[in-house]
Amino acid sequence: MNDKPPTSGGDRPEQDRPEVPGSGREGLSPVPAPQDKAAPQDPDTMDEVTDGTSADGAPEIYSVEKNIDLTGKSYSQGQLVRRRFFRHRGAMVSLVALLAITVFAFTSIGYGVIPGWWGKNFWEGALVENMGRPTLQLWPFEAGEYPFGQDNAGKDYFALTMRGTQRSLIVAFTVGILSTIIGTLVGALAGYYRGWVEAILMRVTDLFIVIPLLVMAAVFGKMAGGGIWPLAFLLSVLTWTGLARLVRGEVLSLREREFVAAAEAIGTSSSRIIFKHILPNTIGTIIVSATLAIAATILLESALSFLGWGVRPPDTSLGLLISTYQNSFQTRPWLFWWPGMIILAIALSVNFLGDGLRDAFDPRQNRTAD
Amino acid sequence: MTTTTENYGDQVFTGSGTPGEGEEVVLTFDDVDVRFKTEFGSVHAVKGVDLRVRPGEVVALVGESGSGKSVTSMTAMRLLPSNATIGGAVNVAGRDVGQLSERNMRRLRGNDVAMVFQEPMTALNPVLTVGTQMVESMELHHVARGQAAVDRAIELLEMVGIPEPAKQMKKYPHELSGGQRQRVVIAIAISCDPKVIIADEPTTALDVTVQADILDLLRSLKDKLNTGILLITHNMGVVADMADRVAVMFKGEIVERGTVEEVLLHPQHAYTRMLLGSVPKMGAGRGQMGISVREEVDHDAPLAIDLRNLVIEYQRMGKPPFRAVDDVSFQVRKGEIVGLVGESGSGKSTIGRCALGLIPAASGEFRLLGEDITTMNKRELKALRKRIGVVFQDPAASLNPRLPIGECIAEPLVVHKVGDRKTRQDKVYELLDAVQLPREVFNRYPHEVSGGQRQRICVARALTLDPELLVADEPTSALDVSVQARVLKIFAELQEQFGFACLFISHDLAVVDLLAHQVVVLQNGKVVEAGPRAQIMEHPQEEYTQRLIAAAPVPDPIEQARRRRERHELLREQGEEIAELRLDDAQEFRATISDEKDQF
Repeated sequence: MNDKPPTSGGDRPEQDRPEVPGSGREGLSPVPAPQDKAAPQDPDTMDEVTDGTSADGAPEIYSVEKNIDLTGKSYSQGQLVRRRFFRHRGAMVSLVALLAITVFAFTSIGYGVIPGWWGKNFWEGALVENMGRPTLQLWPFEAGEYPFGQDNAGKDYFALTMRGTQRSLIVAFTVGILSTIIGTLVGALAGYYRGWVEAILMRVTDLFIVIPLLVMAAVFGKMAGGGIWPLAFLLSVLTWTGLARLVRGEVLSLREREFVAAAEAIGTSSSRIIFKHILPNTIGTIIVSATLAIAATILLESALSFLGWGVRPPDTSLGLLISTYQNSFQTRPWLFWWPGMIILAIALSVNFLGDGLRDAFDPRQNRTAD
Repeated sequence: MTTTTENYGDQVFTGSGTPGEGEEVVLTFDDVDVRFKTEFGSVHAVKGVDLRVRPGEVVALVGESGSGKSVTSMTAMRLLPSNATIGGAVNVAGRDVGQLSERNMRRLRGNDVAMVFQEPMTALNPVLTVGTQMVESMELHHVARGQAAVDRAIELLEMVGIPEPAKQMKKYPHELSGGQRQRVVIAIAISCDPKVIIADEPTTALDVTVQADILDLLRSLKDKLNTGILLITHNMGVVADMADRVAVMFKGEIVERGTVEEVLLHPQHAYTRMLLGSVPKMGAGRGQMGISVREEVDHDAPLAIDLRNLVIEYQRMGKPPFRAVDDVSFQVRKGEIVGLVGESGSGKSTIGRCALGLIPAASGEFRLLGEDITTMNKRELKALRKRIGVVFQDPAASLNPRLPIGECIAEPLVVHKVGDRKTRQDKVYELLDAVQLPREVFNRYPHEVSGGQRQRICVARALTLDPELLVADEPTSALDVSVQARVLKIFAELQEQFGFACLFISHDLAVVDLLAHQVVVLQNGKVVEAGPRAQIMEHPQEEYTQRLIAAAPVPDPIEQARRRRERHELLREQGEEIAELRLDDAQEFRATISDEKDQF
């Protein structure tokens, strides 16, 4: 233990030489039990499982290989992802919140021909009562006639907000999913095949990037003619570019890794390499980008509606409601706050969900986030 | 002996060779203890280490990965991350490192204690010229400034043996070779005339011949400048070549220490013995570490690989293509292991990748298992790949981190649509048994197991389809020696059992000596020498092969000293230079240091 000069002479006779540790002849008092249970070097945690002996018969305890922790239960991949996701508290709260908002929005005023439980609809005006103030009362709870108030024309603001939430959710999720699929495919193909495939795909991407998004969106919004589904599809065609570049970058580095070469060397087809070996490793980037895209789409849609190229009255969306009543913010703040809070709630929950999904898909994530 | 903080095993302490009480020491570790606080609890990386280095002495700190040897050395520079708690005292040239202010610590670094890192490419800044980086440390420490610093830098480069030093000053690190870069790092380290140099795996990233040169340079450096060197390494051959005293570390503790002869020739501690027993020795040939290879190979067996005049070229933008492999011919018979040996850039991995059909051949003939792969279409290639297995160098990179281990091993079965779910699982269990891993790892991910275990998984995956040919590209280079011994043993057993042909690519001659039946030596894409193992290893005919074999160090200080002398003779015969510090008078060198040099 000590590098200081020995007290007795350096050239000790043979019988004074220390015995081999573990031989039982060292004449030492028993080593006290190790205290530091957390240390990975701790013999108790390190060396519980010894599988055989090494080459020259020395006990395996001198191996630097860590023993595989087999104490935990073994799970399949799907089970692991589900477990990790359900343990992510933020994600679970967000999932519940998002589901609640969605269910509320679609059941209250109904969708299409399916009727809802809320008695009023969003297109019929009425007499404006009490300056359109909300009648919602939290304690004692009472919804009243117009829980969110009324707008200028006396329409029920609750029905309007629910309709807007439906519209915004449809646009946001359609665009979020479609643009993610397009972006991932373009990026993965360009990154994996390189050469002329990459040249063409990336120049097309550049083309979409250099034209200002709002200008394109305005043209496409006009083409959509106020319909929500055409608008969603057309917006997806515009917003995949950022993800395509991100995915391409990741694929470029991943395709040089040895596990891809190993997959190729056993005869794996290109599509299997891309979908089984490369893309699962980019899932973090894709999910984070998708959640950001969903939040951004809600804002893009409201900007378009504000300019008159998105959703058109009498139909409505959250963005349209906010832009219509932004001037009433001082006098009738509820006209701004209700749709605003719902946008905020949707965007936040989607971001938390993305966080939870990314942690769940990453096997290196061992902690249960709280 | 004082009370220890140790809680692992017992130390063997022969004690001889340690500096006495009154003796001058330049570097002292006194009961150094390091803990890292992490998210997952505290990690006790170093558990009470004592070590002393005299001027002009080389003390080697030996250990495998995770032993805490680098962390120990970093305490002397105080370069550990802020989550480290350091106990004990480190004394550099008479100053307690723990007590110094940050300002004084900066003066100490480079001035009294300098560092030589493992990878010279990353230790040097790629966007600054060699000259700028040489001058920087001297101007920071007021050793010299302006033109005087430039002159001194040129003189230093000359000393470490870089040709045309004035010209090299304007070059960027990527324009120099690996050996030259490491010489520049050494020149920077000695520019302020430090009392002690910490060399952290200084030759691990280098080829054997370059390694031998750098070690020669370091040896003459400590003799001429009387600098103490703390050498951190995992390579027992390097220890035998360089060290005066050795300390063996295992899991944060020094388990054995003594003079190099004592520790390497008469190891006392079981760990040291295990470590030394795991090092394949140059020239010891077969039968080491219980690894046996079936010697008799059927000389009429069909050819697994038949290369004739193979040329492989890499296309470059705006430049003529780079010829990585030039006119190479050799054969591998079924059931035979052929070692492909060469230094970096010799084209050995390129040939391996070509054998897997990952890169095309520019010309020549490449027949794999009797079929010409240069003219194959995709479907034929896929059918052929079913009969070939592959093991790559880096076990961390060659397994998909997103796939559980069981699926990784079963992947070839899925790709070639062999069997159903049940039979695939049985096959994976069988292979896990064969590579001595528990069946429970089936659903685990690669990151849950360590390097050697991962490499065993790679071997299992390569054998899933009972291949007739296995391409192993440096399969053990990234592993610790004790782990390497185990992987090699399993590998040899499996080869005997399955009888596959193997193209074994390696830079380590000792490993090739242990396994291969035939050896092919490559240099710059050309075959230098090829033949049966015994002939190449024991009676090499070509100069390059002789130099290569002479440069590989053995873990025996007496034997290694003899080999070093022989190597120097060989170099002289072949008209090559022997690397040394070109300095006649240390006093003269020190006289050029400015009077304004940092003082405390």
